[in-house]
Amino acid sequence: MTGVPGRYTRLTRVLHWLTAALVFSALFIGFVMVNSVSRYAGLVMLHKTLGVTILVVVLVRVVNRLTHRAPPLPSTVGALERKVVMLSEVSLYALLLIQPLLGWAMVSAAGGPVVVFGSLRLPRIAPFDAQLFWLLRQAHSVIAYALMAVIAAHISAVLLHTLTLRDRLIERMTFRLSRTRRARLE
Amino acid sequence: MTEPSEPPGRWGTARPGRRDVLCGIAAVGAFLAADLAALLTANTWIGPARLTQQVFLDGFGRVFGRHPGFRKNHAKGVAVAGWFDSNGNGRGLSKAAVFAPGRTPVLGRFSLAGGNPHIADTPTAVRGLGLAFGFPGGQQWRMAMLNIPVFLDNSPQGFYDRLIASAVVAGTGKPDPTAMAQFLAAHPETARAMKIVKQHPPTLGFADSVYSGLNAFYFVNEFGARVPVRWSLTPLQQALPPSSGANALFDPLVRQLRAGPLRWRLMLTVGTPSDPTGDATLPWPADRRTLDAGLLTLDSVETDARGNARDINFDPLVLPPGIEPSDDPLLSARSAVYAASYRRRTGETTSPPAVQVDKVAL
Repeated sequence: MTGVPGRYTRLTRVLHWLTAALVFSALFIGFVMVNSVSRYAGLVMLHKTLGVTILVVVLVRVVNRLTHRAPPLPSTVGALERKVVMLSEVSLYALLLIQPLLGWAMVSAAGGPVVVFGSLRLPRIAPFDAQLFWLLRQAHSVIAYALMAVIAAHISAVLLHTLTLRDRLIERMTFRLSRTRRARLE
Repeated sequence: MTEPSEPPGRWGTARPGRRDVLCGIAAVGAFLAADLAALLTANTWIGPARLTQQVFLDGFGRVFGRHPGFRKNHAKGVAVAGWFDSNGNGRGLSKAAVFAPGRTPVLGRFSLAGGNPHIADTPTAVRGLGLAFGFPGGQQWRMAMLNIPVFLDNSPQGFYDRLIASAVVAGTGKPDPTAMAQFLAAHPETARAMKIVKQHPPTLGFADSVYSGLNAFYFVNEFGARVPVRWSLTPLQQALPPSSGANALFDPLVRQLRAGPLRWRLMLTVGTPSDPTGDATLPWPADRRTLDAGLLTLDSVETDARGNARDINFDPLVLPPGIEPSDDPLLSARSAVYAASYRRRTGETTSPPAVQVDKVAL
């Protein structure tokens, strides 16, 4: 087995878990709200607020990712899997950027207004066009399921690496657990 | 991308034992099962039956038939446009820009309740007026009003049950009387509201109808004072008498709008803390303070078409700063079902609407 893997910077790890919590909430609130008439209004506001927050966080993450090198992958990740890892990372960033923008654009195409955080009004970013709205609305659902799939694959891969290959891959992204283990090793 | 710490083989260096393989597969299986169960529950694909947007849309389809491209309710209508001249009186109640003295453009749509876009007009069919003030600006205000003084339901379930009970039975051409009697026995609030509606028989046409916002909202002024408000539009003109034919109400409306503008006063009724805000079937006492906030003028009319009011969802929760939703459970439900209807119809290929403005004889 390999030793303790290198970790992402503290900022990167904080941003990662923040994104995870926000995206998990936004996805499930999205699925629930379109199937709830009594809680729809409150949930839509929460969903839009989470969406715009994710957009900001992911933009910060893109800059952070481009300016910070990722820690090396352990040798348990083969050459072929490295390509898959890269593809999965790039698609997650892309989907997480596209999805809030699609939501923002579809509300704009329906004529707006785009209200988040209860009262903050964002500018519209698409023309009023019902057919465009429908395309964006469909795409918003497709990307939601694509995100579900890519995130499920991401979590499954980390679980398999950590539990089956015992390469402690997850510790690249964790906090206390890896610190105590490292202390124990030292 | 990450650089390998040491060049791994094509498949990596690990050679896991059987126990580790089982452990990994079990963890992934448990995670995926939980993920899938959460997704299925959230989407109501598993779990108890719930009154969802989909159930409402299916209900409209069952009662009125499938009419692709049209609103699932208030399917028959005509697009109008004009403006609102605020006299400034509303400023004391709400900081909304629309109440400052001045003019706000308005898009709107007259309609008949029901999901059949080709139904023949009848005098008793409930008339609707959807308006969007300042569309598509950031401070816009949308509303969907009816020509009845109170709404017939005080809960989403009540609305749905009434919809189903009112389905026309094939052969008789009328709703099943026992279904409606059973519904009214279970929903005394609707029976009471129907009595009030009967005391306000419909006027001659669209132009002389009073349109009521029905649901209560909170108006908030620049000092943060919050008061419950209901509003209505009172007409300043007579209506032309109904014509003969399928568009007996729409034809005279179109003729009147071609001949000149139609006007309504926007009346704001201020409730007291004891007045019901969460139940649109209950009228407020007649002596509540009412003020005239300005004049709505509608001066143009168009066939429902791409880019006009047809493509606006008159969602009652699209509100400007200074107007806030009340605790009325119908507001969230209307917003939810209107959004689902909007999504559905914007993806459907539509057929020509029944009211063709350029075919109405002068």
